[in-house]
Amino acid sequence: MSELISELDAAGMHTPVEPVDASHGILLYLEEVSVTFDGFKAIDKLSLYIGDGELRCIIGPNGAGKTTMMDIITGKTKPDAGRVFFGQTVDLLKLDEPAIARIGIGRKFQKPTVIEPLTVLENLELAMSGAKRLRGLMTTRLTGAEHDRIAAVLEQVGLLEQARRRAGVLAHGQKQWLEIGMLLIQEPRLLLVDEPVAGMTPAEMERTAELLRSLAGAHSVVVVEHDMGFVRSIADWVTVLHQGRVLAEGALEDLQADPRVIEVYLGDDHAAG
Amino acid sequence: MLSRSLARAGFLTLSLLLALLATPLARAADDAALRAALAPMREADFNDKLQLVEQLAALDHPRVAAILKALADSRLYYQDAENRAVIGLDEAADIAIEDAASGAALGRASKRDLGRITANNRLRNLIENRLASLGLSSADSGQRKAAVQAFLKNPDPAGTERLKARLAVETDNDIQDLLTMALALVDLASPDAGVRARAATILGGRLQPELRGPLARMAAEDADPAAREAARIALTRTEFRLQLLGWAETLFFGLSLGSVLILAAIGLAVTFGVMGVINMAHGELMMLGAYTTWLTQQWLPVNWSLPVAVPLAFLVAALAGIAIERGVIRFLYGRPLETLLATFGVSLILQQAVRSIFSPLNRSVATPDWMSGTLALGPLEVTLNRLVIIGFCIAVFALLWWALQRTRLGLEVRAVTQNRAMAQAMGVRSARVDALTFGLGSGIAGVAGVALSQLTNVGPNLGQSYIVDSFMVVVFGGVGNLWGTLVAGLSLGVANKMVEPWAGAVLAKILVLAFLVLFIQKRPRGLFPQRGRAAEA
Amino acid sequence: MRLPAWLLSDRAGLALLAVLVVLVLVVPALNLLVPSDHPLHLSAYTVTLLGKYLCYALLAISVDLVWGYMGILSLGHAAFFALGGYCFGMYLMRQIGARGVYGNPDLPDFMVFLNWHELPWYWQGFDQFWFAALMVLAVPGLLAFVFGWFAFRSRVSGVYLSIITQALTYALMLAFFRNEMGFGGNNGLTDFKEALGVPLHADGTRTVLFGLSALALAGGYLACRWLVSTRLGRVLVAIRDCEPRARFLGYRVERIKALVFTFSAMLAGVAGALYVPQVGIINPGEFAPLNSIEAVIWVAIGGRGTLVGAVVGAVLVNYAKTWLTGALPEAWLFALGGLFVAVTLLLPQGLIGWLRRREAAA
Repeated sequence: MSELISELDAAGMHTPVEPVDASHGILLYLEEVSVTFDGFKAIDKLSLYIGDGELRCIIGPNGAGKTTMMDIITGKTKPDAGRVFFGQTVDLLKLDEPAIARIGIGRKFQKPTVIEPLTVLENLELAMSGAKRLRGLMTTRLTGAEHDRIAAVLEQVGLLEQARRRAGVLAHGQKQWLEIGMLLIQEPRLLLVDEPVAGMTPAEMERTAELLRSLAGAHSVVVVEHDMGFVRSIADWVTVLHQGRVLAEGALEDLQADPRVIEVYLGDDHAAG
Repeated sequence: MLSRSLARAGFLTLSLLLALLATPLARAADDAALRAALAPMREADFNDKLQLVEQLAALDHPRVAAILKALADSRLYYQDAENRAVIGLDEAADIAIEDAASGAALGRASKRDLGRITANNRLRNLIENRLASLGLSSADSGQRKAAVQAFLKNPDPAGTERLKARLAVETDNDIQDLLTMALALVDLASPDAGVRARAATILGGRLQPELRGPLARMAAEDADPAAREAARIALTRTEFRLQLLGWAETLFFGLSLGSVLILAAIGLAVTFGVMGVINMAHGELMMLGAYTTWLTQQWLPVNWSLPVAVPLAFLVAALAGIAIERGVIRFLYGRPLETLLATFGVSLILQQAVRSIFSPLNRSVATPDWMSGTLALGPLEVTLNRLVIIGFCIAVFALLWWALQRTRLGLEVRAVTQNRAMAQAMGVRSARVDALTFGLGSGIAGVAGVALSQLTNVGPNLGQSYIVDSFMVVVFGGVGNLWGTLVAGLSLGVANKMVEPWAGAVLAKILVLAFLVLFIQKRPRGLFPQRGRAAEA
Repeated sequence: MRLPAWLLSDRAGLALLAVLVVLVLVVPALNLLVPSDHPLHLSAYTVTLLGKYLCYALLAISVDLVWGYMGILSLGHAAFFALGGYCFGMYLMRQIGARGVYGNPDLPDFMVFLNWHELPWYWQGFDQFWFAALMVLAVPGLLAFVFGWFAFRSRVSGVYLSIITQALTYALMLAFFRNEMGFGGNNGLTDFKEALGVPLHADGTRTVLFGLSALALAGGYLACRWLVSTRLGRVLVAIRDCEPRARFLGYRVERIKALVFTFSAMLAGVAGALYVPQVGIINPGEFAPLNSIEAVIWVAIGGRGTLVGAVVGAVLVNYAKTWLTGALPEAWLFALGGLFVAVTLLLPQGLIGWLRRREAAA
């Protein structure tokens, strides 16, 4: 019974995890991962390594398995085969979504998913408390330290002016930044960002690129993106996915000259960009 | 050689002639004997009557059966004024009578002038027995059968000889079989242990309920171990066959309940499963179908009403469904919880409308002749109406399958459900398809209502009692999967009927519901889920 | 005393509390102090009716907490209400003692009628008020917790959840209709005499029960209002509007759902427990799926996700029901059905939502 209660109490957090061991310079390992939906191989023996502090872009035509790959890393989809490790020691396949979020993997969805009826501030407060025990949630006030932390993140994503506005009334780009802010306030080691600039104006795109670049180093950032211009502006290392596998990896300039990549993008009607 | 044959033929002819001549004489003698046996009835006590009955039964006279039957039914009277026994034909104060001995109608007589000849149960038993023996020699095989069956119910060693005689000449296989059984039943009481054991072996595996008691008694009490063993084996065989029969019965009832569930759920499988619309008024659409059946019976002879009611019910429910879709549901696509509430409101309105128009009381829908009665499949007796409903369910399912797979509408429905935007781009008018699909699902609900009207009371609450079940069937089978609905309906029906014998009907229903609640929690997507990223949304 | 900020900013809630305070002062006075021939006199019937409305309002609040804030449309909340009612009804049954028709001091009448010779184990303890009061919370809570624990863990949500909650209450209704269950079968529990030694039919008792209902409603409202003002409240909204987001932020969504669902079921249980001594009967009809759905429509009409709206909706709809079933019994279901359709099509935010929007526009 006491076990049950303590489990219940852990509406937020369970025991703090030891810091992720990225001593080999690699933060995320995907090895030989496969998943099948109704006979369709969405991911087919995919192997991928993300370095600590790296900013990596992943491109590929529709149906290449980009979103499914993110689903697997964040625990939403369980693969049929393969290994997924966070650092040297943490087996991600044994954890569910909240647990994965707590050990430091943040995910930004393709569609901006902020909680629209809440204010910007409340959204960040919500994100900040994700690792709290139930008791920690039973309060209506912010402490000074918490306030400072939220202010710092608001500054970072450039939403300080909007703090008291409802998230639902923000512009599209602002919602995207708020969502990134919600991830940042959790101080993740790895950020997974799905199509951050879809629907953004060029100015917003520029700011977003700047933001993501500033995050690399302290965090590893994986960006899935269609927009080649944007990819060029942020990443030095790019992975091309095709039919659930890694087709090619390298600097964007090299890849654009790679006949296999050209084939995939031109043979398929979904032009890149 | 020739002369001997001739002589023989002559003799035969002569005897035949004599016999022909003798018949009226013999008849006259028999009539006299009959009257002689009847005359003392007036004054006889019950013991005397037993003997008189034996006397009558021994006579080979065509009136004996009628007289004995009348006596057993207390319809035999003595008309003192005319000094003759009469048989009452009705129960009026001025009673219609006929002469007991000749069967000639005698018009009416006042009951006060007649003395009833009473019978007691012992007498009735004896009469039943003797009548049975008389029936044995009847030319009608049905009567012979009844006679042997009566013997089985009430075995009497005294009749054994008649049985044996009959068995020697009987040609009907069924009756031969029954006779063998009856003789074996008598042999169970034989002093010879070998005879008893053989008789038990003959009786083993027979389903007639009268045989189990004597066998069980023998298996428990017989002095001879071999006979006991034979009886035990025979009993086991009987019980095994009874068990098989029981299973077959359960299966049949389960299939028939399953068919009802499928009929109720299959329309929902279209609206909920294919379109994703929660229609809480689905049950009320079935109710409309049932009331349509009732209405057709007000205009048409019962035997013709159902073939008319089916298309009519489809039409009525489909139109109601289209009205609901155009009037309410189309404003709520993509908001399933609101759809649920709004259609629930519609269901309340329909219920109350029916209550106000047709009265809150149940209406009784008649069953046509061709659906009543039973059909014997070997030893299994199945009721025709359930059999018809199973067949009807299969037909409806097949038609729906065909409609979705082979017609233009079906193609458009599948296109719209898979990718609405693309279908629209290809020129499919999706609003029209929505309305028609909803009409199709609703129409099937109406048709299900016709079937339900043959099984349950037709009243304003008809729909409510099926709505939870229907949703359970669809969800259990896996939403969007017609075959899943079929399997789910049948298995739930059979499961329900299997649990029923030891849990009772209500508890069985609760258990099945509880199982479903647990099942959905274990496998939220049902038996046959649609997997993949699209299904997650 | 200063009111906390979360309450101070809740104008509608303060208004509701003020109304409840006035009712608690005025209703008993009009019933007990004003002579019965005076036009201002409130009959015991009216007091009970008002008390009934307040119980319904508490049920509506419990529905709103899970539906309006967490997005779980429960079509089985009347089951928790009825279970709370049965628990307290069992206490009231035991208080009858030997005053039943059969005069059996140890067994309720219906058990004597069924030829039972001893009290079933699950009736033990219900002669104690404290035990019954505990069970009023524990039984609905436990059922909700076990049900929610399994349902939410397997991620049953949306209409699927609604349908299985409906199946749950339907199954319970069938079960309670059975005599063998030991809860009086079809007739349920009735013929109550007294609670805590006080006769139930006295006017004074009725006003006290009314006061308790008002108190419970106020308490339930404050508890829910506080809950949705905390960070947990924001998590609930996140779960309602975007469950995956909440999950990927690290919240154990299914546990939070199970806990809040349980709390809500307990509130419904309290409402049921206060309802039973006022109406004097509890029977399996209270489990009918229609009751649960009616409670949902109260919330929808008042405006979901507002708490106050739930109270307003419950009182308005039930007042209309009392009036219509008296004046035009045939029209009631038409009206209720029409309300379902009209509210979902025309007034999706409910009365309170509509008022707020007008206020914001003005």
